[in-house]
Amino acid sequence: MSQIAVSTTVNGDAVEYLCESDETLLDVLRDRLELTGTKEGCGSGDCGACSVILDGRLVCSCLVLGAEAEGREVETIEGMAEGETLHPLQKKFLEHAALQCGVCTPGFLVAAKALLETNPDPSETEVRYWLAGNLCRCTGYDKIVRAVLDTAKDMRSV
Amino acid sequence: MQYEAPETTKAAAKLLFGTRGSTRVLAGGTDLLVQLRAGMKEPGLVVDIKHIAALGAIKKERGGFRIGAAVPSAEMSEHAGLCKAWPGVVEAAGLIGSTQIQGRATVAGNLCNASPAADSVPAMIAAGAVARIAGPRKRRDIPVEKIATGPGKTSLKKGELVESIFLPKRPPRSGDAYLRFIPRTEMDIAAASAGVSLTLDRKGVCTDARVALGAVGPRVILVKQAAKALIGTRLDEDALAALAAACSAAARPIDDKRGTQEFRTHVVGVLARRAARIAFERAGGK
Repeated sequence: MSQIAVSTTVNGDAVEYLCESDETLLDVLRDRLELTGTKEGCGSGDCGACSVILDGRLVCSCLVLGAEAEGREVETIEGMAEGETLHPLQKKFLEHAALQCGVCTPGFLVAAKALLETNPDPSETEVRYWLAGNLCRCTGYDKIVRAVLDTAKDMRSV
Repeated sequence: MQYEAPETTKAAAKLLFGTRGSTRVLAGGTDLLVQLRAGMKEPGLVVDIKHIAALGAIKKERGGFRIGAAVPSAEMSEHAGLCKAWPGVVEAAGLIGSTQIQGRATVAGNLCNASPAADSVPAMIAAGAVARIAGPRKRRDIPVEKIATGPGKTSLKKGELVESIFLPKRPPRSGDAYLRFIPRTEMDIAAASAGVSLTLDRKGVCTDARVALGAVGPRVILVKQAAKALIGTRLDEDALAALAAACSAAARPIDDKRGTQEFRTHVVGVLARRAARIAFERAGGK
């Protein structure tokens, strides 16, 4: 079977790649585009480690085929900081020590960014429900939730 | 595996009809990609329907709503008109998986995956939803309860796909609701569930009702006896007790790690009576 040619946009850059029909967007990002910030956890849409934004919607890249990205816009963790300047969420995650091993962190950051873009003033309950699809086995979530709420507060006052 | 992304429903149906062996429709992919990875499904052809413009929208039609088969459930939750008319259907779709899953998952896909525990299906059946099926030659409209025939199995013929789901116009004083039981608070599969839709007259007496139960049989069931228990009443204690009894009597659940037969049989009645009360209040009943 011949490979599929895909033209898409990743973090604002036009990108072209060839992929297999059954290859996931996650594998394309990591293995073909060398954007390894997006992590594979479960590979079945349960853990959220592979979260990316596809045409403005938060999705699990393990549940998207590489071929489906044709003509669409993908945002990954690599597009979050502006050069050397970290996104406010990234800064707050460091400040609150909202990570330990770090494997879930890119997914949490991308998901939290999507939350604050749709809801700049979320309640703690809203943060917890929105992030229910992101699993963390180290932190116990509390520091992550505090970091997101603190970022939201700071970003609103700017 | 061949991947195709046609731009018309007709082209999609032709591809599905004209390809030998196993074929799958790809809408949100939240079930299909998991099945592909696990090797549970090995289709020769996958037809992505998200490039068919007409399937990507929610449209008003004859006072009701037509939801395209490629519309993710997140978009349903953002649609004010749909949320107002069919809060039970929207809340059911909104319970499926995480934020990430809802950015992709569709109710048409939830229906065609044919899980007995599919959250949106009892709500759609209670709502009297109708699936529009496109085929290689013609279209047909059939009630949602006629789609699933057993776990993972549907009545769709070769070359057919669900194009949209139609939720009909609501009479005044109508309401619907969906409740499920899961062992945790979020991100789980129903151990039992109930969808109720009803209409009241000016005096608050129930004139019409539909009750559908999930995860208590090989497919979602529409329970006429349960609806009968509500019709002609103001949902007083006796009516709700009769509703719960009818639901428990209709339940044929399995025993598994998420719930025993005994527990599911009981709790499905409790869920139905609570959902009926919510639907009643949404319809303006007191």
